[in-house]
Amino acid sequence: MSLANLQKAVARAVMQPLTRNEHMRVVGPGGERMRRYAARYIKPNDRLTSFERLEIYNRQYWFRVLGSMAEDFPGLRKILGERRFDDMCRAYLTECPSRSFTLRNLGSRLEAWLRHNPQWVRGKEVLALDMVRLEWADIEAFDGEAEPVLRPEELDADSVSKLRLRVQPYVQLLELHYPVDDLVLQAKDDEGTNFASNAVGELRRRMKVRAVVALKPQKIFLVVHRLDFSVYFRRIEREEYSMLKALHGGDRSLAP
Amino acid sequence: MPANRFNNFTNYGIGIGLRAPHYDHILTRKPVVDWFEIIFENFMIGGGRPLRILDQILEQYRVVQHGVSMYFGSANRPDREHLRRLKSLVKRTGTPWVSDHLCWGSVDGTYTHDLLPMPYTFEAAKITAQKLRYVRDFLEVPIAVENVSSYAEYHVSEMTEWEFLNEVVERADCGILLDVNNIYVSSQNHNFNPLTYINSVPADRVAQIHIAGHSKFEKFILDTHDHPVLDPVWKLYDRAIQRAGHTATLLEWDDRIPSFQEVHDEALRADRFLADTQLKVAV
Repeated sequence: MSLANLQKAVARAVMQPLTRNEHMRVVGPGGERMRRYAARYIKPNDRLTSFERLEIYNRQYWFRVLGSMAEDFPGLRKILGERRFDDMCRAYLTECPSRSFTLRNLGSRLEAWLRHNPQWVRGKEVLALDMVRLEWADIEAFDGEAEPVLRPEELDADSVSKLRLRVQPYVQLLELHYPVDDLVLQAKDDEGTNFASNAVGELRRRMKVRAVVALKPQKIFLVVHRLDFSVYFRRIEREEYSMLKALHGGDRSLAP
Repeated sequence: MPANRFNNFTNYGIGIGLRAPHYDHILTRKPVVDWFEIIFENFMIGGGRPLRILDQILEQYRVVQHGVSMYFGSANRPDREHLRRLKSLVKRTGTPWVSDHLCWGSVDGTYTHDLLPMPYTFEAAKITAQKLRYVRDFLEVPIAVENVSSYAEYHVSEMTEWEFLNEVVERADCGILLDVNNIYVSSQNHNFNPLTYINSVPADRVAQIHIAGHSKFEKFILDTHDHPVLDPVWKLYDRAIQRAGHTATLLEWDDRIPSFQEVHDEALRADRFLADTQLKVAV
């Protein structure tokens, strides 16, 4: 068997979804029994069967990618609840496995995927999509590309007439239907908080659920930007949003 | 022997992995550390805080780039755009060498984000060596390939892991990042003598050594990097430096990361073995 074919076969097994109990499925790629599939490629040893050895990698894969999604989308997790969020991520990652060398980009296709698969956010479509957009904007703003900033000494009479204002590429502009920025900040705050008492933790958990349920629709315009290497959410007016959006899109009518 | 063409004739001592929880400590306290290893994928980005931190670190410390995604052993061709971005980072850091793993993890552009074990075949050795040469020539910096810990072996393998490693590095004419913890983990999972592995590695190709902690489960050992280095690994380290000499050594601690001081103190435990080696050499 060629190296390429072996790697394709093993990767299919490694990336196959786990059972609900987080074990490797008994039915493998193509409907074949997984024990037979694993035994074809992997040697057993005196302690583990071929199936069990392959299962280590299958579990590692899913624990890694699900962990990364949970870290990147704490607000969406709060909206959907842990169980539904995990199920949604398994479905998303099965259809949209990573195409990037870095886990940072794992959620890059989540918004588009959810628009095609709204059943995963049924009843909370608008809220959930708002949250996904904000959480992805947060990632982009954190380490997105920055262009050099124009310094006053670089300006002269000639150059002013040629100026074209642009927004930094890492700046994200969002028109949202819910004030999800509050929820994200709360989710982040909660992650950094350790409660010594389980009772306090449970009370906080119930309060968080209530916070999601109580969230009322409210149109907001948001700039997700960074200053001194920290990401900030800033609410702006509709007019400000329109102007920044036009600048972001390179609208030349806004040139001086 | 420690300074060789595979680590760009440098004589680095004991370093630790640069990890986010320690950024503030390092930048404010400025502890004496010989060098830091960075996971280069974390800095192959457009801008923002990670690159700012890196630049601040570079002002005061030596940095070596280590990767987890080049997948020298994947059957697919190298991604030139990825290499272009990596080369740009190489210029930024001035890393004397670049290392990544002897493994595969991507198929046709889909990534598992894991370090999957190679089949130890001559075909795999040839493909891997070709890729290593290509990457080295593109980046214009020495490459060291790291042995991984593994939990599975393939029926198709035609040789032992250490024979495969030797076959690859000879064909590619590249260096070795010898991870003694990975050798120990694999030896327990695959029932071989780890000293046989250590003794079989071409010592003159060892550019760097990794040490780390691992976790024992009922039927296998997992390479978790969340513990201090265990005694059997220190013994292997001792043997490795007897053979390779005072080689740049790095402690990896990636999960349940304790304070900077604790990590650094653990790394500096390597000093006593280095001192012993010096005495033995002197005698």
